[in-house]
Amino acid sequence: MAKIPVQFRLNGSDRAAFVDAQETLLNTLRRGLGDFSPKYGCGQGTCGVCSVLVDGEPQLSCLTLSVACEGRHVETAAGLADGPNLHPLQAAFMDHFAAQCGFCTPGMLTAARALLAKNPSPSRDDVIEAISGNICRCTGYEPIVAAILAAASAPGARRA
Amino acid sequence: MLGVRSCATIAEAAGILSGDRQAVLLGGGTLVMRDVNEGRLTEGTLVRITDPAFRQMSTGGPRIELGAGVTMAQVLASRELAFLHPAARAIGGPAIRTMATVGGNLFAAAPYGDFTVALLALDAQIVLQAGYGTGRGVPLEEFLAGRDRGSVSGLVAGVQFSRPANPGEFHFRKVSRVKPKGISVLSIAAHLPLQGGRVAQPRIAYGAMAPTPIRARGVERVLDGKALDAAAIQAARQAALEGCRPATDAIASEWYRREVLPIHLGRLLAGEPR
Repeated sequence: MAKIPVQFRLNGSDRAAFVDAQETLLNTLRRGLGDFSPKYGCGQGTCGVCSVLVDGEPQLSCLTLSVACEGRHVETAAGLADGPNLHPLQAAFMDHFAAQCGFCTPGMLTAARALLAKNPSPSRDDVIEAISGNICRCTGYEPIVAAILAAASAPGARRA
Repeated sequence: MLGVRSCATIAEAAGILSGDRQAVLLGGGTLVMRDVNEGRLTEGTLVRITDPAFRQMSTGGPRIELGAGVTMAQVLASRELAFLHPAARAIGGPAIRTMATVGGNLFAAAPYGDFTVALLALDAQIVLQAGYGTGRGVPLEEFLAGRDRGSVSGLVAGVQFSRPANPGEFHFRKVSRVKPKGISVLSIAAHLPLQGGRVAQPRIAYGAMAPTPIRARGVERVLDGKALDAAAIQAARQAALEGCRPATDAIASEWYRREVLPIHLGRLLAGEPR
Protein backbone atom coordinates (compact mmCIF):
# COMPACT_ATOMS: atom_id res chain seq x y z
CA MET A 1 0.00 0.00 0.00
CA ALA A 2 1.23 3.47 -0.87
CA LYS A 3 2.80 5.60 1.82
CA ILE A 4 0.93 8.69 2.94
CA PRO A 5 2.62 12.08 3.36
CA VAL A 6 2.07 13.70 6.76
CA GLN A 7 3.21 17.10 7.98
CA PHE A 8 3.08 18.43 11.50
CA ARG A 9 5.01 20.70 13.83
CA LEU A 10 7.37 18.78 16.09
CA ASN A 11 8.80 20.77 19.01
CA GLY A 12 8.43 23.99 17.04
CA SER A 13 9.88 22.77 13.70
CA ASP A 14 7.88 21.80 10.64
CA ARG A 15 8.48 18.13 9.88
CA ALA A 16 7.22 15.81 7.18
CA ALA A 17 7.25 12.04 6.81
CA PHE A 18 5.85 9.31 4.60
CA VAL A 19 3.90 6.89 6.76
CA ASP A 20 1.94 3.67 6.45
CA ALA A 21 -1.81 4.06 6.93
CA GLN A 22 -1.86 2.24 10.26
CA GLU A 23 1.46 3.67 11.49
CA THR A 24 1.43 5.10 15.01
CA LEU A 25 2.74 8.53 15.87
CA LEU A 26 5.27 6.81 18.14
CA ASN A 27 6.75 4.87 15.21
CA THR A 28 6.87 7.96 13.02
CA LEU A 29 8.63 9.93 15.75
CA ARG A 30 11.19 7.24 16.56
CA ARG A 31 11.83 5.56 13.21
CA GLY A 32 11.01 8.37 10.80
CA LEU A 33 11.97 11.58 12.57
CA GLY A 34 14.67 10.39 14.98
CA ASP A 35 13.01 11.64 18.16
CA PHE A 36 13.73 8.83 20.62
CA SER A 37 12.36 10.52 23.73
CA PRO A 38 8.95 8.78 23.66
CA LYS A 39 9.39 5.04 24.27
CA TYR A 40 7.44 1.94 23.35
CA GLY A 41 6.28 0.31 26.58
CA CYS A 42 3.05 -1.66 26.70
CA GLY A 43 1.41 -0.67 23.40
CA GLN A 44 -1.98 -0.67 25.10
CA GLY A 45 -2.30 2.61 26.97
CA THR A 46 -1.34 1.37 30.40
CA CYS A 47 2.21 2.61 31.01
CA GLY A 48 2.44 6.18 29.67
CA VAL A 49 6.06 6.05 28.43
CA CYS A 50 4.99 7.10 24.93
CA SER A 51 3.21 10.25 26.21
CA VAL A 52 3.46 13.33 23.98
CA LEU A 53 1.48 16.56 23.74
CA VAL A 54 -0.74 17.03 20.69
CA ASP A 55 -2.00 20.61 20.46
CA GLY A 56 -1.01 20.96 24.12
CA GLU A 57 -3.03 17.99 25.37
CA PRO A 58 -1.39 14.80 26.65
CA GLN A 59 -1.86 11.80 24.36
CA LEU A 60 -0.37 8.35 24.03
CA SER A 61 1.59 8.27 20.80
CA CYS A 62 1.48 4.45 20.59
CA LEU A 63 -2.33 4.65 20.27
CA THR A 64 -2.40 7.66 17.92
CA LEU A 65 -2.39 7.33 14.15
CA SER A 66 0.23 9.48 12.44
CA VAL A 67 -2.25 10.47 9.75
CA ALA A 68 -4.45 11.94 12.48
CA CYS A 69 -1.64 14.38 13.37
CA GLU A 70 -1.67 16.20 10.03
CA GLY A 71 -1.24 19.93 10.68
CA ARG A 72 -1.09 19.56 14.45
CA HIS A 73 1.48 20.58 17.05
CA VAL A 74 3.33 17.63 18.55
CA GLU A 75 5.63 18.18 21.53
CA THR A 76 7.87 15.58 23.11
CA ALA A 77 10.26 15.57 26.06
CA ALA A 78 13.09 16.14 23.56
CA GLY A 79 11.74 19.65 23.02
CA LEU A 80 11.88 20.65 26.69
CA ALA A 81 15.49 21.83 26.92
CA ASP A 82 16.49 25.07 25.23
CA GLY A 83 19.91 24.13 23.86
CA PRO A 84 22.16 23.48 26.87
CA ASN A 85 19.61 25.04 29.26
CA LEU A 86 17.41 22.47 30.92
CA HIS A 87 13.71 23.13 31.42
CA PRO A 88 12.91 23.75 35.11
CA LEU A 89 11.12 20.39 35.18
CA GLN A 90 14.24 18.61 33.94
CA ALA A 91 16.41 20.49 36.43
CA ALA A 92 14.04 19.57 39.25
CA PHE A 93 14.08 15.89 38.19
CA MET A 94 17.88 15.99 38.40
CA ASP A 95 17.95 17.82 41.74
CA HIS A 96 15.49 15.38 43.30
CA PHE A 97 17.03 12.21 41.84
CA ALA A 98 13.68 11.54 40.15
CA ALA A 99 15.14 9.23 37.49
CA GLN A 100 16.34 5.75 38.36
CA CYS A 101 16.43 3.61 35.21
CA GLY A 102 15.05 6.60 33.30
CA PHE A 103 12.66 4.72 31.03
CA CYS A 104 9.52 6.42 32.39
CA THR A 105 11.17 9.85 32.67
CA PRO A 106 10.17 11.36 29.27
CA GLY A 107 6.56 10.33 29.87
CA MET A 108 6.62 11.69 33.43
CA LEU A 109 8.09 15.00 32.18
CA THR A 110 5.40 15.23 29.50
CA ALA A 111 2.60 14.50 31.98
CA ALA A 112 4.06 17.08 34.38
CA ARG A 113 4.38 19.64 31.61
CA ALA A 114 0.71 19.18 30.69
CA LEU A 115 -0.24 19.60 34.35
CA LEU A 116 1.79 22.78 34.94
CA ALA A 117 0.49 24.38 31.73
CA LYS A 118 -3.05 24.15 33.12
CA ASN A 119 -2.39 24.36 36.84
CA PRO A 120 0.77 26.31 37.76
CA SER A 121 0.45 25.64 41.49
CA PRO A 122 -0.76 22.06 41.84
CA SER A 123 -1.37 20.28 45.11
CA ARG A 124 0.28 16.97 45.85
CA ASP A 125 -2.98 15.21 44.94
CA ASP A 126 -3.11 17.10 41.62
CA VAL A 127 0.41 15.85 40.81
CA ILE A 128 -0.48 12.27 41.72
CA GLU A 129 -3.57 12.45 39.50
CA ALA A 130 -1.54 13.98 36.65
CA ILE A 131 0.97 11.12 36.62
CA SER A 132 -1.63 8.41 37.37
CA GLY A 133 -1.36 7.15 33.78
CA ASN A 134 2.43 6.84 33.97
CA ILE A 135 4.03 3.80 35.52
CA CYS A 136 7.50 3.92 37.11
CA ARG A 137 8.60 0.31 37.38
CA CYS A 138 11.46 1.29 39.71
CA THR A 139 8.57 2.55 41.92
CA GLY A 140 10.38 5.85 42.47
CA TYR A 141 7.21 7.90 42.67
CA GLU A 142 8.08 9.96 45.75
CA PRO A 143 11.09 11.77 44.17
CA ILE A 144 9.06 12.30 40.97
CA VAL A 145 6.19 13.92 42.88
CA ALA A 146 8.66 16.01 44.87
CA ALA A 147 10.42 17.13 41.68
CA ILE A 148 7.19 18.20 39.99
CA LEU A 149 6.07 20.12 43.09
CA ALA A 150 9.49 21.81 43.28
CA ALA A 151 9.42 22.70 39.58
CA ALA A 152 5.98 24.24 40.00
CA SER A 153 7.35 26.74 42.44
CA ALA A 154 10.52 27.40 40.38
CA PRO A 155 10.56 30.47 38.08
CA GLY A 156 9.83 29.71 34.43
CA ALA A 157 8.26 26.30 35.05
CA ARG A 158 5.30 27.13 32.84
CA ARG A 159 7.55 27.94 29.90
CA ALA A 160 6.06 25.87 27.11
CA MET B 1 -2.57 -4.70 5.51
CA LEU B 2 -4.70 -2.06 7.17
CA GLY B 3 -5.99 1.02 5.41
CA VAL B 4 -7.40 4.22 6.85
CA ARG B 5 -10.41 6.16 5.62
CA SER B 6 -11.09 9.62 7.01
CA CYS B 7 -14.75 10.60 6.76
CA ALA B 8 -16.00 14.20 6.83
CA THR B 9 -19.50 13.16 7.85
CA ILE B 10 -20.96 10.55 10.22
CA ALA B 11 -23.24 9.34 7.39
CA GLU B 12 -20.25 8.63 5.14
CA ALA B 13 -18.63 6.55 7.87
CA ALA B 14 -21.90 4.71 8.56
CA GLY B 15 -22.13 3.92 4.85
CA ILE B 16 -18.63 2.41 4.79
CA LEU B 17 -19.23 0.42 7.98
CA SER B 18 -22.50 -1.07 6.73
CA GLY B 19 -20.98 -2.04 3.37
CA ASP B 20 -17.59 -3.40 4.46
CA ARG B 21 -17.42 -6.21 7.04
CA GLN B 22 -13.72 -5.55 7.60
CA ALA B 23 -14.19 -1.87 8.38
CA VAL B 24 -13.67 -0.84 12.02
CA LEU B 25 -14.58 2.52 13.48
CA LEU B 26 -11.60 4.20 15.12
CA GLY B 27 -12.62 6.61 17.88
CA GLY B 28 -9.98 7.70 20.37
CA GLY B 29 -7.86 4.65 19.57
CA THR B 30 -7.58 3.27 23.09
CA LEU B 31 -9.31 0.00 22.13
CA VAL B 32 -8.73 -0.33 18.38
CA MET B 33 -5.07 0.77 18.29
CA ARG B 34 -4.33 -1.62 21.12
CA ASP B 35 -5.56 -4.43 18.85
CA VAL B 36 -3.41 -3.06 16.03
CA ASN B 37 -0.30 -2.95 18.25
CA GLU B 38 -0.92 -6.47 19.54
CA GLY B 39 -1.42 -7.90 16.06
CA ARG B 40 -5.08 -8.83 16.55
CA LEU B 41 -6.22 -6.40 13.87
CA THR B 42 -4.14 -6.69 10.70
CA GLU B 43 -6.62 -6.58 7.81
CA GLY B 44 -9.35 -4.18 6.83
CA THR B 45 -10.02 -0.47 7.08
CA LEU B 46 -9.83 1.86 10.05
CA VAL B 47 -12.60 4.44 9.65
CA ARG B 48 -11.97 7.87 11.21
CA ILE B 49 -14.66 10.53 11.58
CA THR B 50 -13.55 14.16 11.38
CA ASP B 51 -17.15 15.49 11.47
CA PRO B 52 -17.35 18.08 14.32
CA ALA B 53 -20.89 16.82 15.06
CA PHE B 54 -19.32 13.53 16.22
CA ARG B 55 -17.66 15.43 19.10
CA GLN B 56 -20.52 17.77 19.93
CA MET B 57 -22.20 18.00 23.34
CA SER B 58 -25.59 19.44 24.09
CA THR B 59 -25.69 19.83 27.86
CA GLY B 60 -27.78 22.93 28.57
CA GLY B 61 -31.28 21.46 28.78
CA PRO B 62 -32.91 18.63 30.72
CA ARG B 63 -32.13 16.17 27.91
CA ILE B 64 -28.38 15.76 27.42
CA GLU B 65 -26.86 14.55 24.18
CA LEU B 66 -23.22 13.56 23.76
CA GLY B 67 -21.68 12.72 20.39
CA ALA B 68 -20.01 9.33 20.41
CA GLY B 69 -16.66 11.03 19.75
CA VAL B 70 -16.87 13.20 22.88
CA THR B 71 -13.84 12.47 25.05
CA MET B 72 -13.65 11.95 28.79
CA ALA B 73 -11.60 15.20 28.95
CA GLN B 74 -14.50 17.05 27.28
CA VAL B 75 -16.92 15.63 29.84
CA LEU B 76 -14.59 16.73 32.66
CA ALA B 77 -14.34 20.24 31.17
CA SER B 78 -18.12 20.68 31.22
CA ARG B 79 -19.59 22.16 34.40
CA GLU B 80 -23.08 21.05 33.40
CA LEU B 81 -21.89 17.44 33.50
CA ALA B 82 -20.40 17.68 37.01
CA PHE B 83 -22.50 14.70 38.16
CA LEU B 84 -20.65 12.56 35.58
CA HIS B 85 -17.17 13.75 36.55
CA PRO B 86 -16.48 10.91 39.03
CA ALA B 87 -17.22 8.39 36.25
CA ALA B 88 -15.16 10.24 33.63
CA ARG B 89 -12.25 10.64 36.05
CA ALA B 90 -12.29 6.90 36.70
CA ILE B 91 -11.12 6.32 33.10
CA GLY B 92 -7.32 6.11 32.92
CA GLY B 93 -4.89 8.99 33.40
CA PRO B 94 -5.03 12.41 31.70
CA ALA B 95 -3.59 11.15 28.38
CA ILE B 96 -6.16 8.36 28.09
CA ARG B 97 -8.92 10.82 28.94
CA THR B 98 -7.82 13.13 26.11
CA MET B 99 -8.35 10.21 23.73
CA ALA B 100 -10.99 7.86 25.16
CA THR B 101 -14.50 8.52 23.89
CA VAL B 102 -18.00 8.03 25.24
CA GLY B 103 -18.83 5.87 22.21
CA GLY B 104 -15.72 3.72 22.60
CA ASN B 105 -16.46 3.08 26.26
CA LEU B 106 -19.73 1.38 25.20
CA PHE B 107 -17.61 -1.30 23.52
CA ALA B 108 -15.03 -1.77 26.27
CA ALA B 109 -15.18 -5.36 27.53
CA ALA B 110 -15.28 -6.03 31.29
CA PRO B 111 -13.51 -5.05 33.51
CA TYR B 112 -13.30 -1.84 31.44
CA GLY B 113 -16.23 0.36 30.50
CA ASP B 114 -16.86 2.26 33.76
CA PHE B 115 -18.45 5.27 32.04
CA THR B 116 -21.06 3.02 30.44
CA VAL B 117 -22.08 1.89 33.93
CA ALA B 118 -22.96 5.50 34.75
CA LEU B 119 -24.89 5.84 31.47
CA LEU B 120 -26.83 2.67 32.27
CA ALA B 121 -27.94 4.07 35.63
CA LEU B 122 -29.05 7.21 33.77
CA ASP B 123 -31.28 5.16 31.42
CA ALA B 124 -29.35 6.37 28.36
CA GLN B 125 -30.46 5.83 24.77
CA ILE B 126 -27.92 5.01 22.10
CA VAL B 127 -28.33 6.77 18.75
CA LEU B 128 -27.49 4.25 16.04
CA GLN B 129 -27.00 5.26 12.44
CA ALA B 130 -27.17 2.54 9.80
CA GLY B 131 -25.98 3.42 6.31
CA TYR B 132 -27.01 6.85 5.12
CA GLY B 133 -30.35 6.79 6.95
CA THR B 134 -31.27 8.86 9.98
CA GLY B 135 -30.37 7.74 13.49
CA ARG B 136 -32.65 5.59 15.65
CA GLY B 137 -32.67 5.37 19.41
CA VAL B 138 -31.99 2.09 21.19
CA PRO B 139 -32.08 1.68 24.98
CA LEU B 140 -28.54 1.18 26.29
CA GLU B 141 -29.59 -2.03 28.04
CA GLU B 142 -30.79 -3.52 24.75
CA PHE B 143 -27.64 -2.34 23.01
CA LEU B 144 -25.42 -3.99 25.63
CA ALA B 145 -27.40 -7.25 25.52
CA GLY B 146 -26.73 -7.51 21.78
CA ARG B 147 -23.25 -6.01 21.75
CA ASP B 148 -21.11 -9.11 22.05
CA ARG B 149 -23.38 -11.18 19.81
CA GLY B 150 -23.01 -8.53 17.11
CA SER B 151 -26.78 -8.33 16.75
CA VAL B 152 -26.83 -4.52 16.97
CA SER B 153 -25.93 -3.05 13.62
CA GLY B 154 -25.08 0.50 12.75
CA LEU B 155 -22.70 3.19 13.84
CA VAL B 156 -23.04 4.60 17.36
CA ALA B 157 -23.46 8.30 16.66
CA GLY B 158 -24.16 9.44 20.21
CA VAL B 159 -25.92 8.91 23.53
CA GLN B 160 -28.88 10.72 25.08
CA PHE B 161 -30.05 10.79 28.68
CA SER B 162 -32.02 12.97 31.06
CA ARG B 163 -30.23 15.10 33.59
CA PRO B 164 -30.98 13.89 37.13
CA ALA B 165 -33.44 16.37 38.66
CA ASN B 166 -31.11 16.55 41.65
CA PRO B 167 -27.50 15.77 40.67
CA GLY B 168 -26.77 14.93 44.33
CA GLU B 169 -28.97 11.84 43.90
CA PHE B 170 -26.58 10.35 41.35
CA HIS B 171 -23.69 8.32 42.75
CA PHE B 172 -20.74 6.54 41.16
CA ARG B 173 -18.04 4.38 42.70
CA LYS B 174 -15.17 2.49 41.18
CA VAL B 175 -13.47 -0.13 43.31
CA SER B 176 -9.86 -0.75 42.44
CA ARG B 177 -7.02 -2.38 44.32
CA VAL B 178 -4.35 -0.04 42.93
CA LYS B 179 -4.10 3.56 44.11
CA PRO B 180 -4.52 6.17 42.74
CA LYS B 181 -5.66 4.46 39.55
CA GLY B 182 -6.32 0.90 38.59
CA ILE B 183 -8.59 -1.31 36.57
CA SER B 184 -11.99 -2.01 38.12
CA VAL B 185 -12.61 -4.82 40.53
CA LEU B 186 -16.12 -3.52 40.02
CA SER B 187 -17.97 -0.23 39.64
CA ILE B 188 -21.39 0.89 40.80
CA ALA B 189 -23.56 3.74 39.54
CA ALA B 190 -26.81 4.58 41.26
CA HIS B 191 -29.53 7.11 40.56
CA LEU B 192 -31.62 7.31 43.74
CA PRO B 193 -34.34 9.95 43.35
CA LEU B 194 -35.96 10.76 46.70
CA GLN B 195 -39.61 11.71 47.08
CA GLY B 196 -40.75 12.60 50.57
CA GLY B 197 -37.71 10.87 52.05
CA ARG B 198 -38.33 7.64 50.11
CA VAL B 199 -36.48 6.28 47.10
CA ALA B 200 -38.66 6.44 43.99
CA GLN B 201 -37.81 4.31 40.95
CA PRO B 202 -34.07 3.90 41.56
CA ARG B 203 -31.74 2.76 38.79
CA ILE B 204 -28.58 0.97 39.82
CA ALA B 205 -25.93 -0.47 37.51
CA TYR B 206 -22.78 -2.55 37.98
CA GLY B 207 -19.60 -2.79 35.95
CA ALA B 208 -17.34 -5.88 35.86
CA MET B 209 -20.04 -8.02 37.51
CA ALA B 210 -21.03 -9.57 34.13
CA PRO B 211 -19.60 -9.55 30.58
CA THR B 212 -21.32 -6.17 30.05
CA PRO B 213 -22.53 -3.55 32.53
CA ILE B 214 -25.83 -4.75 34.05
CA ARG B 215 -28.77 -3.37 35.99
CA ALA B 216 -29.10 -4.41 39.64
CA ARG B 217 -32.78 -5.18 39.37
CA GLY B 218 -33.00 -7.01 42.69
CA VAL B 219 -31.61 -4.00 44.54
CA GLU B 220 -33.85 -1.60 42.63
CA ARG B 221 -36.87 -3.68 43.62
CA VAL B 222 -36.12 -3.80 47.34
CA LEU B 223 -35.26 -0.09 47.54
CA ASP B 224 -38.22 1.26 45.58
CA GLY B 225 -40.54 3.14 47.91
CA LYS B 226 -38.32 2.67 50.97
CA ALA B 227 -36.42 5.18 53.06
CA LEU B 228 -32.65 4.62 52.88
CA ASP B 229 -32.38 3.32 56.44
CA ALA B 230 -30.33 0.48 57.88
CA ALA B 231 -33.05 -2.12 57.19
CA ALA B 232 -33.39 -1.09 53.53
CA ILE B 233 -29.63 -1.10 53.04
CA GLN B 234 -29.41 -4.56 54.60
CA ALA B 235 -32.11 -5.80 52.22
CA ALA B 236 -30.27 -4.20 49.30
CA ARG B 237 -27.05 -5.96 50.29
CA GLN B 238 -28.85 -9.29 50.37
CA ALA B 239 -30.29 -8.70 46.89
CA ALA B 240 -27.02 -7.27 45.51
CA LEU B 241 -25.79 -10.32 43.62
CA GLU B 242 -28.98 -11.06 41.66
CA GLY B 243 -28.11 -11.51 37.99
CA CYS B 244 -24.34 -11.17 38.51
CA ARG B 245 -21.95 -13.32 36.47
CA PRO B 246 -18.53 -11.83 37.24
CA ALA B 247 -15.38 -13.16 35.63
CA THR B 248 -12.14 -14.28 37.18
CA ASP B 249 -9.35 -12.21 35.63
CA ALA B 250 -5.99 -10.71 36.53
CA ILE B 251 -7.67 -8.01 38.63
CA ALA B 252 -9.91 -10.14 40.85
CA SER B 253 -11.48 -13.56 41.09
CA GLU B 254 -15.18 -14.21 40.67
CA TRP B 255 -15.35 -15.15 44.35
CA TYR B 256 -13.73 -11.87 45.44
CA ARG B 257 -16.03 -9.76 43.27
CA ARG B 258 -19.08 -11.51 44.76
CA GLU B 259 -17.71 -11.05 48.28
CA VAL B 260 -17.00 -7.31 48.05
CA LEU B 261 -19.90 -6.08 45.90
CA PRO B 262 -22.51 -6.08 48.71
CA ILE B 263 -20.07 -4.28 51.02
CA HIS B 264 -19.37 -1.48 48.55
CA LEU B 265 -23.04 -1.22 47.60
CA GLY B 266 -23.96 -0.87 51.27
CA ARG B 267 -21.36 1.86 51.77
CA LEU B 268 -22.56 3.74 48.69
CA LEU B 269 -26.19 3.61 49.84
CA ALA B 270 -25.24 4.69 53.36
CA GLY B 271 -23.18 7.59 51.96
CA GLU B 272 -20.08 6.26 53.67
CA PRO B 273 -16.61 6.81 52.24
CA ARG B 274 -14.83 3.90 50.65
